[in-house]
Amino acid sequence: MRILVVEDDLEAQRYLVNGLKEAGHVVDEAADGETGLALALSRPYDVAIIDRMLPKMDGLAVVAEMREHGNNMPILFLSALSEVDDRVKGLKAGGDDYLTKPYAFVELLARIDALMRRRSPSAVKTKLSVGDLDLDLLTRTATRAGQVIDLQPREFRLLEYLMRHAGQVVTRTMLLESVWEYHFDPQTNVIDVHISRLRAKIDKGFDVLLLQTIRGAGYMIRAR
Amino acid sequence: MRGSFFRHWSPGLLRTQAFRIVLIYVFVFAVSATALVGFTYWNTERSLDAQTDQIIEVEVAGLREQYQRLGLIALSDAINGRVAQHGSGLYILVSPTGSVLAGNLTELPSSAKVTGRFVEFDYQRNQQGQDVTHTARGQAFFLTGGFVLLVARDVSERRLTRQLFTTTLPWSVGLMLLFGLVGGALLSRNMLARLDVINRTSADIVAGNFSRRVPVTNAHDEFDALAENLNRMLDRIERLMKGMRNVVDSVAHDLRTPLNRLRNRLEETQRRLGPQDSYTADIEAAIAETDRLIATFNDLLLIAEADAGAARGRMTQIELTAVVEDVAELYAPLAEEKNISLALAPAGVVTIEGNRSLISQALANLVDNAIKYTPAGGQVGIVVAETPTGIDLTVADSGPGIPEEERERVLERFVRLESSRNSPGTGLGLSLVAAVARMHDARLTLGDNGPGLRATISFPRTPQRKSRSDIREPSVPA
Repeated sequence: MRILVVEDDLEAQRYLVNGLKEAGHVVDEAADGETGLALALSRPYDVAIIDRMLPKMDGLAVVAEMREHGNNMPILFLSALSEVDDRVKGLKAGGDDYLTKPYAFVELLARIDALMRRRSPSAVKTKLSVGDLDLDLLTRTATRAGQVIDLQPREFRLLEYLMRHAGQVVTRTMLLESVWEYHFDPQTNVIDVHISRLRAKIDKGFDVLLLQTIRGAGYMIRAR
Repeated sequence: MRGSFFRHWSPGLLRTQAFRIVLIYVFVFAVSATALVGFTYWNTERSLDAQTDQIIEVEVAGLREQYQRLGLIALSDAINGRVAQHGSGLYILVSPTGSVLAGNLTELPSSAKVTGRFVEFDYQRNQQGQDVTHTARGQAFFLTGGFVLLVARDVSERRLTRQLFTTTLPWSVGLMLLFGLVGGALLSRNMLARLDVINRTSADIVAGNFSRRVPVTNAHDEFDALAENLNRMLDRIERLMKGMRNVVDSVAHDLRTPLNRLRNRLEETQRRLGPQDSYTADIEAAIAETDRLIATFNDLLLIAEADAGAARGRMTQIELTAVVEDVAELYAPLAEEKNISLALAPAGVVTIEGNRSLISQALANLVDNAIKYTPAGGQVGIVVAETPTGIDLTVADSGPGIPEEERERVLERFVRLESSRNSPGTGLGLSLVAAVARMHDARLTLGDNGPGLRATISFPRTPQRKSRSDIREPSVPA
């Protein structure tokens, strides 16, 4: 995957570029808004990681300009600003996701994976399947190996999100943001408890465990 | 403009201070003006009467002397002489047999009112061929030989003046009161309108719109002076707020950047080390410590932002019961795992103006605390209740609670009780809840649940945008 990194803090930029390359991506970098915009408009990237505050041209302005040119490249904002107001501004300006510094690298990787996947949405799906687990989005029913699994509405949404990102790491923060629409960190890790309950419902009694915990990162659903 | 002109003719006008002052002033003015005019009239009449009496007495003395020195004929002559001068004097000299000897009165009055040494009586006077009743005041006495002499002066005009005065005085007082009231109403309406503008502007500013200013007219009066002073104060507050926002922003930026580098380097090192390396555990601990530092920092920033009113712009109508249900649902499995019953008391639809994200976070903090400190088998209850003054959101648990003397202290930043020193948390949870409450014009109170802690966020009934009547109400003591 080709990724554009626009970051003026060179130390942070070096770290980002190295980490992404280690993860197997092809990375271009820019240290100011104008260069970043020029690169974004001239080459096809799968995703752009753009800092909110940049010299020469602000991150918000870069993204607004890109969208004005009809460029719909997925964009992840990085920001060191305080969060309350800036997330909304970032998403309004055309960003697809927003991550506040300091962040965990696994969080960033999981999010750009999700962004790149979002870019190529196949036709509107009404059924999701992972292994022998099936989710019918129309009838709102889940079955595993033909057996109906009884799910609460929120558990259904949780499973749906995991299955839409099957084979990808999904972090706790991503789940909180997408399934519960909360942008804060609960002091206790409540998500873990929700996941273990869901796991008990879909994996109990089966040899193949579909819902896996990825240590230090989050969760992933996949058929081995 | 038209709308605002008529808006002030409300029953509320009677309750305004300005109108009351005008009312009292008009009343005092009417009473004192009436008293003044009355006294002047009474005094004038008295001195005029005294003057008349004096003239009569002088005349009587003169005529009596004439009679004593020169006799009856001379007296008659003198009387006729005075009558011929066409003065305002009235005279009649009657013989003991009743015949009129001299004077311009046709007969002695049949009845008279006696006031002291004087009499007042009515007599007929020919005016343009018609007999008209006039009033006169004079002195009558007997001369030696049985003659009666009456000397008087016409006082009809003064009686007429008095009549005029007594009939017109109530009218003029009435008119004075009427004009006073109309003037007072106009004056207080005008004052009210201008005060209202100031009130509404300040309410707007309290709600977080710091760019609002009180309009200044061209009248250069006290209200303009007040408005200018208020605006100067607001400029200053706005500058301070902006300064604070800038500090918060730059502190956020300048601390997050090195924290970011620190975390990045630690993660990089962690990646380079294999899972079996002996330093891996240390690096992991260092990352966890960094994350705690970041969490504390984020909580502090959020408290600062909530107190700076920065998030006020994103207040919307939110359904409080739905927000509460969502948080309860988020924590239900956690409570169940600890064998704690988490109960949400059913409530109707309750809407408040607020920030969903911040209220959720505050409530999550309270529920998190409640579950953390309640022993297994205990209860945690969440209640949304309408009270006479607003809406109470209460989280009550059956844990150890907080001693009464510590309850105020735990709302301060970083205060953690000895008993919880070693459990996870930044020590900012309750301060954050209190800050979010303050931002919503609400109050966080900690109470005894006997046993346990009872944390209540009391939202006012009409948060933020106050209606006009709410602004005026406090200035009018019931």
